[in-house]
Parts: sequence; C-alpha cells; structure tokens
Amino acid sequence: MIRTSCLSILLLFATSTLFAQEDLLKLLGEEESGPEYTSASFKTTRVINGHSLENTAHGVLDVRINHRFGTLDEGLGNFFGLDQSEVRIGFDYGLTDRIMVGIGRSGYQKTVDGFAKYKLLRQCESGCGMPITAAFVASSSITTLEKEFVPWYSAERQDYFTHRLAYSFQLVLGRKFSERLTLQLTPGVVHRNLVEYNEESNDVVNIGFAGRMKLSKRVAVNAEYFYVLPNQLREPTPAELAADPNAGPRNCLSIGFDIETGGHVFQLHFTNSTGMFERAFITETTNSWLDREVHYGFNISRVFTVHEPKKPKG
Amino acid sequence: MKIQNILLPAAFLVALGSSSTTAAAQDRYMTRTGHIAFHSATSVERIEADNHKVTSVWDATSGAIEFAVLIKAFEFEKALMQEHFNENYMESNTFPKAAFKGKLTGITAEQVKQPGRYDVIVEGELTIHGVTKPMKSKGTVVVDASGAVKASSAFAVKPEDHGIKIPGMVRKNIAEEIQVQVSLDYQKM
Repeated sequence: MIRTSCLSILLLFATSTLFAQEDLLKLLGEEESGPEYTSASFKTTRVINGHSLENTAHGVLDVRINHRFGTLDEGLGNFFGLDQSEVRIGFDYGLTDRIMVGIGRSGYQKTVDGFAKYKLLRQCESGCGMPITAAFVASSSITTLEKEFVPWYSAERQDYFTHRLAYSFQLVLGRKFSERLTLQLTPGVVHRNLVEYNEESNDVVNIGFAGRMKLSKRVAVNAEYFYVLPNQLREPTPAELAADPNAGPRNCLSIGFDIETGGHVFQLHFTNSTGMFERAFITETTNSWLDREVHYGFNISRVFTVHEPKKPKG
Repeated sequence: MKIQNILLPAAFLVALGSSSTTAAAQDRYMTRTGHIAFHSATSVERIEADNHKVTSVWDATSGAIEFAVLIKAFEFEKALMQEHFNENYMESNTFPKAAFKGKLTGITAEQVKQPGRYDVIVEGELTIHGVTKPMKSKGTVVVDASGAVKASSAFAVKPEDHGIKIPGMVRKNIAEEIQVQVSLDYQKM
C-alpha cells in the first residue's frame, strides 16, 4: 500500500519537475493586472462635427482647424464651393485622461464656443468588464455678431447678452466592437436662450448616430447623423416650399475619411451642415443632400504634448 | 488501520512535496517587476519607452530562462506615441505579449549564491509581434554582498525582422535598429 503510494508520488514529482522545465513562467501563475481600457475607438476626439468616444490624453494640446467649403451645387462658377469657406479654429486640452476642455472660434455668426467633456465610463479589454464607454459633453456658444446682424434682430428688441447664448448637453455612448468597427449613440439637447421664430422650441432634443470602420491601420471611414426629434424646429411655409421643395430644417448627415499620419489626423468629408459647433450643425442645418447642397470639408488635428504626466514606476 | 492507510501516504506527500520545493527554490529566481526600456534615436525624432512589469523566471541549475513582456505596459512620454505603438506597429490587441525562451550560460547555481560579477551569454528565441527569431546577447549578473541578484543585458532588434511594417512616410523617424535594455532584480522563488 505504502509502496504504491510512494511510487505514484514519485511519478507525480518527476512529471511536475519535467513540466516546470518546459514552461518556467507557469510557475508564477496568472498575473494580477489592473483594468486595461480600450483605446483608439476613433482616430480623434470628433467623429466629423460631433464628439467621439475619445478624449485628448492628459497633458496634450490638440490644435484643430476645421474648414467647410461652399456647397457642391454652386457649380463650376464657384468651383463647386471651393471659392467659399467657413473656418473654426479650436484648442482642446486634456486636464486628465478623463477630463478635457476646449474652446473654438468660428466665422459662422462669429461664434465663440467652449466645452468640457468627462468620461463617465470606460470600456475595458480586461480587468473590469465594462462593455461601453460613456462621456458627458457640456458646451456653450455665444455669437459675437453686431446686434443688427444676429438672425433674431429687430429694431425694438433690446439686445441682451444672454440672448446670444446657447448650450448643448450630450451623452456619448458607444463601443469599440472590434479593431475595425466602432459605433456610438449620442442623445442630447441643445438649448437656445432666444430663438428666431415663435414656432421653434428653445430646447431641441436630438440623437446622434455615428460609426467608424477602419479600412487600414491609418485610414478609417466615418459617418455621422444627427436626428432632431419632430416639432421642435420651424417647418417652411407653403410659399417657401414652392420656391425650394427641399427647404426647411435638415438633419445633419456627414460622411468622410480619417487619415492619420503620426502627429496629425486629417479628416476629409462631405456634410450638409455649415456650422461646426453643436447649436449650428444640429439646429441650423438647412442644406439638403437631395439638392446637392453638400459641403466638402476637412478637419486637421495636430497634437502637442505640453505636459508630461508622471507615470508611476515599478 | 484505516487512519494509518491515509496518514502514511499523506506524510510522504508532505515530506516529498516540501523537500522538492526547497530544492527548487534555492536555484530558481523570478521577478514580476523587471524593467525593459527601448529607444530609437534618429535625427528627426527620439522615441523612448519603459516597461516596469516584465515577468521572468530563471532556473540557475539548468540555465533555462524565460521572459513575458506585456506590450501595453510600455509607457511613452507622449500618449499618442503609445497609442500608435500599440495600434499601428505592435498590434498589441492581436499580439499582447512579447516572449523570450532560452538559456543563460556563464554562471553556475553555486556562483549565484556568492557575491560577484559574472559575464553571461543569453541565447534563445525571441518572439515579438507574433514572429519568433533566434537571439543571442551578452549580459551581466551581479550578486551583491546581501545576496541580491541583478541581471542586465542590452541588444538591438530590427522591427522588420518581426514583421513590423513601417510606412515610408515615417521611416526616417524610426531607427533601423531599436536598442533594448533589460534590467532585472531577481528574487528567490
């Protein structure tokens, strides 16, 4: 009895030593590692016009130059819109890996806008089990046009500073499903302190759909659509419709490519919106894809590491 | 009788088990906090990264040595460099770890217990980006008066050898050979 036990134990011992020499690292067992967050769900912090799941990293300054030419339907005379342009110049900065802030100035209604974005949830590859990323974006904009040029101008109306303000709040929810595919949903509300027409509501509830598909390591195709829930924006009158069958408020639809070249990301796209901040592209898009009123445009993002956060050693 | 039947083999098991682990423990060394740094220096750009979570086990009796290196644990000064390193070059979602498996020669298990400085040779197979290549490098093992064992080595790796494609546009930014330095504080197992 004892003999057989000894024999089996010896055998066990012999095989275990043999095995150990085959794979030394197995002796250490599985490593305990912290959560590993999903990265690079989009090439940059914007899909096209709207915010993506990504944040500027801690200590990184992102200089963004956005450009929208005129519309393609202007034909050869205006070189298919390339004779005109709208520009937004912006500076974004990552206060931490989860909080970023940014400001921008657009030629469109001479608007200054600013935002803060906070990552509430971060999708994990391993270590925490979180399936999605969620970010909250709060932004505001102010038009600095002279009072005679604001859209709601009338001689008898007092020009209050607060009338020029608008806000947008969005929850960016999404998931990087695979190395190539990311999808996101962006419910939000734009609040305008003053609107041009009685029929318009000050709060405009909207929902954004966006996605990207990587074509190669450095090139991706992005698409984005902002749906404005009905009965919030003014519909055109019959007279206006007679003049232009496609008149009226339009949902913003954009499609384009991201090309990453190291420190730069170039976003080249077609979009029916002119403005490049939330109030403008969600509530003030009137151009129609059906009428070929589509802008060719690009965003250029260049990042600079301004501050190097101390990384824990060991 | 019944109790004896169970107890006797159990006692043997404990005795054998404990003696076998102590015998091995004297000769095996490990770390989970090894340091690997690499740098690529060109006139255009200097790229550096550190990984302080390198796992290694070394059996001083047989000379067998192994490494496992989590690619995502390499930390860069620039966040975007780190993202591109993982996403575009190392494809760390597909190939999460680099590994080395080989032999360390030039030091005996007895020498590791005595203070001194030993020149060693490490030879084996290096797997990066899913591509395994033979590798041989000089190294040093230093045992100090307190018995602490430190091992270090430096070698160069060509990204192309491991199937890492570097586009022409950034070819000038990345050195042909990446200089790698390994330094480990081994602990007895």
